[in-house]
Amino acid sequence: MTALLEVRKLCKTYDTLCAVDGIDLTIDGGRCFGLLGPNGAGKTTTVEMLEGIVTPTSGDILYRGKPLGDEFRRRAGIMFQSTALQDFMKVREALQMFAAFYPTTRDIDSLIRQCALGEYLERDVRRLSGGQRQRLLLAIALVNDPDIVFLDEPTTGLDPQARRNFWDLVKQIKAEGKTVVLTTHYMDEAYQLCDELVFMDHGKIIAQGSPRDLLDSCFGDVILTLPCGLVPASLRDALGTCREHDGLLEIASQDVNATLAQLLGAGISLEKLKIRERNLEDLFLELTGRELRH
Amino acid sequence: MLNHFLAVFMARNREFFRDTSSWAWNVIFPVMLVVALTFAFSDDNKTLYKVLVLPAVNEAALPDFFATQHIQFIDAGSREEAQLKVERHLVDMLIDLDQRRYLINETNTNGYMLERVLAGTGGADFVKESVSSRAVRYVDWVIPGVMGMNVMFASLFGVGYVIVRYRKNGMLKRLKATPLTAFEFLAAQVASRLWLILLISSAVYAGTNYFLRFTMNGSYLNLFLLFALGAICLISLGLVVAARTSSEELAGGLLNMLTWPMMLLSGVWFSMEGAHPWLQKLAWLFPLTHVTEGARAIMIDGAGLAGIAHHLIFLAVLSALFLALGSKLFRWDQN
Repeated sequence: MTALLEVRKLCKTYDTLCAVDGIDLTIDGGRCFGLLGPNGAGKTTTVEMLEGIVTPTSGDILYRGKPLGDEFRRRAGIMFQSTALQDFMKVREALQMFAAFYPTTRDIDSLIRQCALGEYLERDVRRLSGGQRQRLLLAIALVNDPDIVFLDEPTTGLDPQARRNFWDLVKQIKAEGKTVVLTTHYMDEAYQLCDELVFMDHGKIIAQGSPRDLLDSCFGDVILTLPCGLVPASLRDALGTCREHDGLLEIASQDVNATLAQLLGAGISLEKLKIRERNLEDLFLELTGRELRH
Repeated sequence: MLNHFLAVFMARNREFFRDTSSWAWNVIFPVMLVVALTFAFSDDNKTLYKVLVLPAVNEAALPDFFATQHIQFIDAGSREEAQLKVERHLVDMLIDLDQRRYLINETNTNGYMLERVLAGTGGADFVKESVSSRAVRYVDWVIPGVMGMNVMFASLFGVGYVIVRYRKNGMLKRLKATPLTAFEFLAAQVASRLWLILLISSAVYAGTNYFLRFTMNGSYLNLFLLFALGAICLISLGLVVAARTSSEELAGGLLNMLTWPMMLLSGVWFSMEGAHPWLQKLAWLFPLTHVTEGARAIMIDGAGLAGIAHHLIFLAVLSALFLALGSKLFRWDQN
């Protein structure tokens, strides 16, 4: 089966800076593909090359086995991180204008319902809230009923309610069988939405796989947290890998029963104990060795 | 393809008309200018007298006359052109040193004053010739230039600035991701701006003409054609300026660099007659010079298409050049 999008030895160089350094990728149809990495890792350059916006220095990008061209532009939907629409344009007019660029389009009314834009159709696009605006930009990305949808940090700056609302929309798109390529700085978002993740740093792919597989392959432990003051320094070496974070002591444990027994044996109250699984943020820090660079 | 063009064309038109402050200014500014100029120059009180001299200025021939202050003496060139300028009140006297004759316009009070000066400064024996034709009011003379200038600003800033803004805010990048081609986008921008300029210019002309009754000895159709071609040429120049930059400051600087010399040297406000020859040659390269001179030829002299053909050809060639250059250089995004 031919991959929907296939990338071979993709490079992009700006003067002396190598932004993307010979990456290979295969994106299969009907899946949500997440591209993660710290600022400057090369993910925006990569995604803009995949979108056909930036010309690669070298390498190939194939859509259904052919180089990106008119067919790709007709069948791709793109939502940039920041896009201004024309001043004084109304929501309905924006949808109609973009619909006019494509030979086949979705039914505009059903798109309006799906993206919950019905109340704002006659509103100037400059007067939309952050969430409404992102829903409009998503609707524009979907107006041509695309096979593949690129979402570049679509929920940056949205409140938690708007973010979850947006996640629901992306899940609907996935359920329709469309392929989604998502870049995000929110690890919970990537975990919720993506079937496959690629971590990038310094222009290279440093890890790739499903979220669960990546976590399982990187970590065999869970994190126990207790207030720092409860655990004396003398005990921490015996407990294994410990890290202080926001007044809490994070203990990485591969044997929860043994760790709990050690804590109880030392007379430490477990009343404020919390146990959590490793998450993508842990993986991110493990892979990049840096704090998140929002 | 037509769908793409119409979608962008209509969107741009809507943006323009909904921006009431912008289009109102496009109408109000030229009207204010014409009205102000009408009042300011209603008595036509030029302080400087202009005398054309045939075959050329020769101070030895009439030393006292040529020594008179506040008179500008200019080499006449051809006799036919010089006579036309006296008839049009563009100059106040034509003096022929070889034939010891002078020509004045009986309806020009300056001509009478110069006649008296000439008689008292060694030219009493010069033979008088006269013509009598209605003075072209300054407002009649200046309106083609003001209209042309308004077309220039609306064309250059209306397209140049808008495209740079679209590029800066990411609008062009978003359009690049669609099947819309650069040609379709640029064609829609040019067409939208062109018809808006012609609509507003026609409205401004009709509105001010209702009160001021401009001299119009030519064809309105020819005038419309000339302004349309002038607008296309200047819009295309705007496309060249906006082809790549995403800095509004840089675009503003470039557009000012283009508009100011044209505004000053294209003969909008005063005749370039008597200006240094290289300044006249420079001015000849400006599209606005051809719009202004062509419009004056139509309105004041009643010139037909043949009479303004050289202006039309120049504007057409320049338009093709700018359009080709603008399309070639155009980039959707900031890379």
